[in-house]
Amino acid sequence: MSNSKINYILGIADNALILGQRLSELCGHGPSLETDIATTNIALDLLGQTRSYYQYAAELQGGEATEDTLAFLRKEREYKNVLLVEQPNTDFGYVMARQYLFDVFHLLLLEQLQNSNDEVLAAIAKKSIKEVSYHKRFSGDWIKRLGDGTEESHNRMQEAFDNLWTFTNELFLMTADDTAMVEAGVGVDVAALKAAWTQEITALLTEATLTVPDLKYFLKGGKEGIHSEHMGFILTEMQYMQRTYPNMTW
Amino acid sequence: MNNWPLWEVFIRSKNGLEHRHCGSLHATDATMALENARDVYTRRGEGVSIWVVPSSQITASNPEHNGETFEPALDKVYRHPTFYELPDELKHM
Repeated sequence: MSNSKINYILGIADNALILGQRLSELCGHGPSLETDIATTNIALDLLGQTRSYYQYAAELQGGEATEDTLAFLRKEREYKNVLLVEQPNTDFGYVMARQYLFDVFHLLLLEQLQNSNDEVLAAIAKKSIKEVSYHKRFSGDWIKRLGDGTEESHNRMQEAFDNLWTFTNELFLMTADDTAMVEAGVGVDVAALKAAWTQEITALLTEATLTVPDLKYFLKGGKEGIHSEHMGFILTEMQYMQRTYPNMTW
Repeated sequence: MNNWPLWEVFIRSKNGLEHRHCGSLHATDATMALENARDVYTRRGEGVSIWVVPSSQITASNPEHNGETFEPALDKVYRHPTFYELPDELKHM
C-alpha cells in the first residue's frame, strides 16, 4: 500500500484530532453550561471521525500500528494537521472563528470525499457530513450573534478573524500526497475548494457586520509537519498517559 | 450570561408520542434555546422533535392550593377507568 494514501488519511485525521483536543480543553471551562456541552459535543464528533480514519490508516500500514499508536505515539513532526486547528482557545470569539473557518472547509472537503473511489473514505465522509453540517451551523450562528452584537463582542470577533486569517490559506495548499491521491481518484483537490470557501466566509462575515481581512502573506507548514509553538504543548498533554505508562489501558 | 432568560424544553422521543418536559436551560432567544436543547438533551438519540417555551410564559398552579385543587378527586374511584382490561398491544396508555 502506498505511503501517499496513508499520509493522505493521516492529514485529514490529524486536523480532526487536534481541533477535537483543543475543543475538549473547554470541557468544564465553557462560557456557559450550554455552550460548554455544545463545544464538548463537537469535540466528541471530531474524535469519533478521527478514530475511523486512524483505524483505516493503521490497517493499511499493518504491523504494530493501531489507532492508539497513531494518535498517541507519533512525534510532533509526524503530525500533518494545519496550523489553524492548533491555535489556542484565546477567548470564545477565537474558538468560534477558528471553528467556523475550519467547518466551512471541512464540509466542502467531505462533500467531495464522499465521491472518493476509496469506499472506506467515502463512507467515513458520508457519515461525518451530518455532524459537520451541525458544527458549521453552530459556529456560524455564534459569529453572527457576536459580530452583530455589542461593540465589545464585535471588536473581539473581528480581532479573532484578523489574527487567525494568516492560517487559512494553508487549508488549500496541495502536498505531494494530496496531488497523488487526487490523480488516483481517492483524494480531494483542496485548491479547488478555495473559491467556494471564500464566497461562503465572505457572505457570513458580511452578515455579521465583520470585515474580511485583507492579507497578502500567509503562514504554512503544518501539513509538512512544521508546527507552531503551540503544538508541542498540545501533544505533551495529549500523549502524557501513553508516554508515562506505555500500553496502559482503561 | 447569568441574565439569559430561562427556557423549558420538551422532547418528543418517537413519532406518535407526545412531547414531554425534560428540563430547562438558558438562552438569549428561541433559536439558541433550540440549539442548546439539542446539545444538552438529545445527545444520546433521545428525540425526534424539540419544543422550547420561555419559562416566563408558563402559568403554574399554586402549591398552597393543592388541597382544594387536587384532593376532592381522590375519593371518587368511579372516575378512574380501572375496570377496563387493556389489550397487551396497546402501549403508552
